[in-house]
Amino acid sequence: MKSAVIVFPGLNRDRDMIAALTKISGTAPAIVWHQDDDLPDVDLIVIPGGFSYGDYLRCGAIAARSPIMDRVRDRAAAGVNVLGVCNGFQILLEAGLLPGALMRNQSLKFVCREVKLEVTNADTAFTRGYTNGQVIRCPVAHHDGNYFADSDTLARIEGEGRVAFRYADGTNPNGSINNIAGILNERKNVLGLMPHPENLIESAHGGDDGRALFSGLLGQAA
Amino acid sequence: MKARVTVTLKAGVLDPQGQAIEGSLKGLGFPGVASVRQGKVFDLVIDGTDEESARSQLTSMCEKLLANTVIENFAIEITN
Repeated sequence: MKSAVIVFPGLNRDRDMIAALTKISGTAPAIVWHQDDDLPDVDLIVIPGGFSYGDYLRCGAIAARSPIMDRVRDRAAAGVNVLGVCNGFQILLEAGLLPGALMRNQSLKFVCREVKLEVTNADTAFTRGYTNGQVIRCPVAHHDGNYFADSDTLARIEGEGRVAFRYADGTNPNGSINNIAGILNERKNVLGLMPHPENLIESAHGGDDGRALFSGLLGQAA
Repeated sequence: MKARVTVTLKAGVLDPQGQAIEGSLKGLGFPGVASVRQGKVFDLVIDGTDEESARSQLTSMCEKLLANTVIENFAIEITN
């Protein structure tokens, strides 16, 4: 699987993502600085987490307006898989690649802990390594993960099977509507999620529940 | 030309920061505060003197960047 990681100033989870992609796919991802003109031909584009542009204006708002995001939008329209984690999810929402918005956590606190996630649609390139209803462990670390969409949008994404992951077992860390942790675009080739599967891929992390997200993608490209 | 853009959360969108401020105001002895909603203010200086053109540009700025219209409304005021 060929992958690319987009890097914006202020991200800090890019190295974890690069390590996870390298270990699981056996190939180091291309690293694409946000001002680079070329987005190489890849099977997967990843926008990792962090604090792009210091979260100025709104989380992900400035990064979402970078020219590189036009390239990402074109590739997504051509069917390339795009994954956004944490700040990457916020950037995909601000760029209009996914519907809705992420608001300040209901507790107003930055939350850094492990949660439980239910896989609510295992029939996608990102989730095929799991089964429907499977509950996995996953770390979260964010201040603005409280997913919100208006009632029409919410009904549509729920009805179309576009909720990929939901916080389970009362572990919703942010007040997210319908316990939503990760959503897909209409074509289901763009996934944004707040939790960090790249931080739970081997025994040294204390578990590997996040690994199947990447190995599932690898299976598709192989 | 000077302009002020005010961005506020849409009605019905949860505002935990506003709620926390409301709680703090009550704690300071202002029991009459029924509701607080937090927003943002942008003061801009725009080249030119054509107010209509400035308003049209500001509207575009709000829609493209200053406001997230999924959750926020915006208001534009020419201040001179």
